[in-house]
Amino acid sequence: MIVQFLVGIIIGGIPLSVSLLLAGLGEMFTQRSGVFNLGVEGIMMLSAFIGFFTVYTIGSPILGIIAAMAVGALMGLLMGLVSITFKAEQGITGIGLFMFGWGLSGTLFRVYVGGVTTIKGIDGINIPVLSKLPVIGPILFNQNPLVYVAYILVPVASWLLFKTSWGLKVRAVGTTPAAADTVGINVVKIRYQSLVIGGIMAGLAGAYLSICQAHLFADNITAGRGFIAVALVYFGRWKPSGIMGGALLFSMAHSFQRLIQVYGINFPYEIAVIIPYVLVIVVLALTWKSQSLGPLALGKPYDREFRG
Amino acid sequence: MAERIQQLEMKHISKRFPGVLALDDVSITLKNGEILALLGENGAGKTTLMNILYGLYHQDEGTVLIDNEVIHVKSPKDALLHKIGMVHQHFMLVPNLTVLENIALGYFQNTRFKLDLGLVRKKMMDISVRYDMAVNPDAYIWQLSVGEQQRVELVKTLTLGANLLILDEPTAALTPQQTDELIDLLKEMAKDNNSIIFISHKLNEVKTVSSKIAVLRNGKLVHEGPTGSYSVTELAEQMAGRQINLPKSPEKSKFGDVMLDIKKVWAHNDQGAWGLQGLDLQLKAGEILGIAGVSGNGQKELADVINGVRKVEKGDILLDNWNITNHSAQKIIDQGLGYIPEDRLHEGTLPAFSVRENLILKDYTTSQMSSSIFLKKKVIDSFAEDLIETFNIKCPDMYTSCASLSGGNIQKVILAREITRKPKVLIAAYPIRGLDIGAAEYVHQRLIEARGAGMAVLLISEELEEILDLCDRIAVIYEGKILKVLSGSEADNRKLGLLMAGVTDEE
Repeated sequence: MIVQFLVGIIIGGIPLSVSLLLAGLGEMFTQRSGVFNLGVEGIMMLSAFIGFFTVYTIGSPILGIIAAMAVGALMGLLMGLVSITFKAEQGITGIGLFMFGWGLSGTLFRVYVGGVTTIKGIDGINIPVLSKLPVIGPILFNQNPLVYVAYILVPVASWLLFKTSWGLKVRAVGTTPAAADTVGINVVKIRYQSLVIGGIMAGLAGAYLSICQAHLFADNITAGRGFIAVALVYFGRWKPSGIMGGALLFSMAHSFQRLIQVYGINFPYEIAVIIPYVLVIVVLALTWKSQSLGPLALGKPYDREFRG
Repeated sequence: MAERIQQLEMKHISKRFPGVLALDDVSITLKNGEILALLGENGAGKTTLMNILYGLYHQDEGTVLIDNEVIHVKSPKDALLHKIGMVHQHFMLVPNLTVLENIALGYFQNTRFKLDLGLVRKKMMDISVRYDMAVNPDAYIWQLSVGEQQRVELVKTLTLGANLLILDEPTAALTPQQTDELIDLLKEMAKDNNSIIFISHKLNEVKTVSSKIAVLRNGKLVHEGPTGSYSVTELAEQMAGRQINLPKSPEKSKFGDVMLDIKKVWAHNDQGAWGLQGLDLQLKAGEILGIAGVSGNGQKELADVINGVRKVEKGDILLDNWNITNHSAQKIIDQGLGYIPEDRLHEGTLPAFSVRENLILKDYTTSQMSSSIFLKKKVIDSFAEDLIETFNIKCPDMYTSCASLSGGNIQKVILAREITRKPKVLIAAYPIRGLDIGAAEYVHQRLIEARGAGMAVLLISEELEEILDLCDRIAVIYEGKILKVLSGSEADNRKLGLLMAGVTDEE
C-alpha cells in the first residue's frame, strides 16, 4: 500500500516536472548572462497556443513543437530588444511580456478556435519489455518522449555552461560585464543569445503542456508554472542539477496532494493544494544565505560609456 | 613572440562628452621600449585618452597610427588584435571565476567552442615565469589581495598578446614597497621591448619609472618631453596650472581628554569573516589621528562600528565617556559624532535632494528648524545661504540637486554640514579621494581648522602624504588590528609602508 502510494507519487510527478525543468534551464542561461526575464510565463502561454494551433490545423505534432520554439525565440528577441538595446527596466519588461503572451494567446484562441477542442498530440511511449518491469518500469520506461529530452538536457546544459568557452562568456557577462567587455567579448551579443535560448526552452515547455500533457489549449494553461520556473532558478543556485532538484521537489509535492485526493485520504483539500507552493517558499527562504555564486550583474543593463 | 609595436602615435585627438570638451587636440607618441607617464589631475582627460586608444570610447576627431599606419580601434577586441592591452584602475576581473578562467575569457574570443584550459594554463605560466610574477592559476579572484589581482591583470594582458601596455593609476591601492616592486617589473618589461603608458598623478613615482612625460590639463596637452628635464615641483605646477601649497598641521604638544575610546572591538565584515579583531584605539580632543593601511584591512568596518551601522560583536566604544556600543546611528550623532564618509555621493548625501535639504539632513528635527511636524522655511533658507557662503560651495542656487555638483563641491556640502554641528569627534574617511589638488587643499585646511577648534579628528586614508602632512599621530591598521601607533614626527614613508605590509620586527 505504502509502496504503491509512493510509486504513484513518482509516476504522477515526473510528467509534471517537465515544463518546469525545461523553462527553468532556459531561464538559467538568461539569468547567468545577467538578464532577469520574468516573462517566461507569457512565452510559455503563447507558444503553448501556437503549438496547439499548428497541430489543430496541420496535424503535425513535430511541426507544432518547432513552431512553439520559434515563437519562444521571437519572444526572447523581443525581451532583448526592449531590455538590452533600449535598456528598459528588466522586471517591468518581463511583466509586460507576460501580459502580452497571456492576452494574445487567449484572444487568438477565442477568435480562431473558440471552445475546448482536443488534439492528437504526442503520447507516452511504451518501451517493450522494460516498461513491464515492476516499479521502475512505469517510472523510467513509460514516459512521454519530451520527458527524456528534458532530463537529457540537464547534463547538456551543465556542459554548455561550465565546459565551453561560450558558457564561460555567459558567466562572465552576467557577473562583471565590464571585465568581459574589456577583453573583447560582445556583451550585448551574449545576452541576446542567452535570451533566445531561454525563449526557445520556454517555448518547448509551453508546447509540452498543450501538445503532450493536456492535448488541448485553455486560457491560462500554464497556471503560474513560468513564475515557478523563475523561482526554481534561484532555488537551484543557477545550476542545472539544482534546478532539476527543485523541479522534482515541487512536482512530487504536487503529485502527492493530487494522490491524497484520489485515495480519498481524510485531509483538508484546501491545505493540500498549497503544499507545493509553501514548500518552494520555505526552501527559498532557507537557502537564501549562500549568495556568492549568483550572477552579480543580474538585472542591470550594461552601458560602456556610463560615467558614474 | 610576435612582432612588437615600434611606434604608436595619437594625432590631434578630440573628444566631447555632453557639455564638456574632455580632450582638445591632444597628440602623443611612444616608441618601442619607452615608458610614457601620462600626468594630470582628476578630470584632466588621461583616462579618456587611454579609453580611446583601447576602443572603449571613440574620438570625435583625430587619428591613431601604429608603425605609421592608421588603425581604427572600435572595441577592446580590435585593440587586443593590434596588441594593445590595458590594466584598468578598477580591475576588470570576474570575482567568482578562477585566475585561469579570467585569462581564458579573453583568449577564446575567436577560437573554438570547447574550453581548452590546458592551453591557456601553459601560455600563462610561460609569461608568469618569464617576468617572475607568481600567480596561482586555480585561485578564485575574490580570494586574492589587491596586489595579487594586479599581477593577474598584468599576466592576463601579456598572455592575450599585448606588447603595448596601458596602466591606469596602477599604484593607487599598493603599499610603497609594492609600488617599488611594480616599478622594477615595468622597467624589466620595457627592456624586453614592450612599450608602456603609465597614468598617474603621483609625481615621485612618475619620475622614477618613466622615460618620457606628457602632462594633460583640462583636456589639453600642456607639456611633453623627456622625464629628466623638469623637477617634481615644476611638474606639479604644470598639472595644476598654478602654485600649490598643501597645508601642514602646525606643531602642537598639548592635547585634550580622550574623546573616542575604542576598546578591543570585534566585528564581522560583509563576507561574514572577522573584519575587526580586537581593535584598540584612543583619540584625543584637538588632535588628528591618521589610520594608515592597505584598503580592506578593516577601515570600512572601523568607520561603520563607530557610526553605529555595523554590529559590534565584542568590545566597547566610548564617546566622551558615554558608551555608544551598538547604539542607533541617530543616538550616536546626538552624542556628538560627525562623519565624512568614503562614498560621498551615496552615503554622505542624498543625491536627488537639493543642497539646502542635504545641509539640514542631521538637524531638521531640532526645534530650531521645525515646529511640530512643519519645517521652518525661512530659518532653513537663511541657514543654507549662510553655509553656502562661508564654505564657498559653488552651486547655481540652494535648490540644485547634490548629484549635479562636482566631487569637490559635494565634499564641501558634507564638510559644511558636519563641521557646523561642532561634533566632539569627526571621522573623515578618504576625504580627498577623487578630488583635484585645489579641492584637496581646501579639505585639508578645514580639517586643520577643526583640529584647532578642539575636535578629535580621525583621518582614514590610503594617501601616505596626506597622513604625514596632517596627523599628530598615525595608527597603522593591519588585518583588523592596530599594529602600531607612531607619532607624526617619527613616521616616514618607509616605516609606514613596512607596517602596512604587516612587518613589525624590522630592526
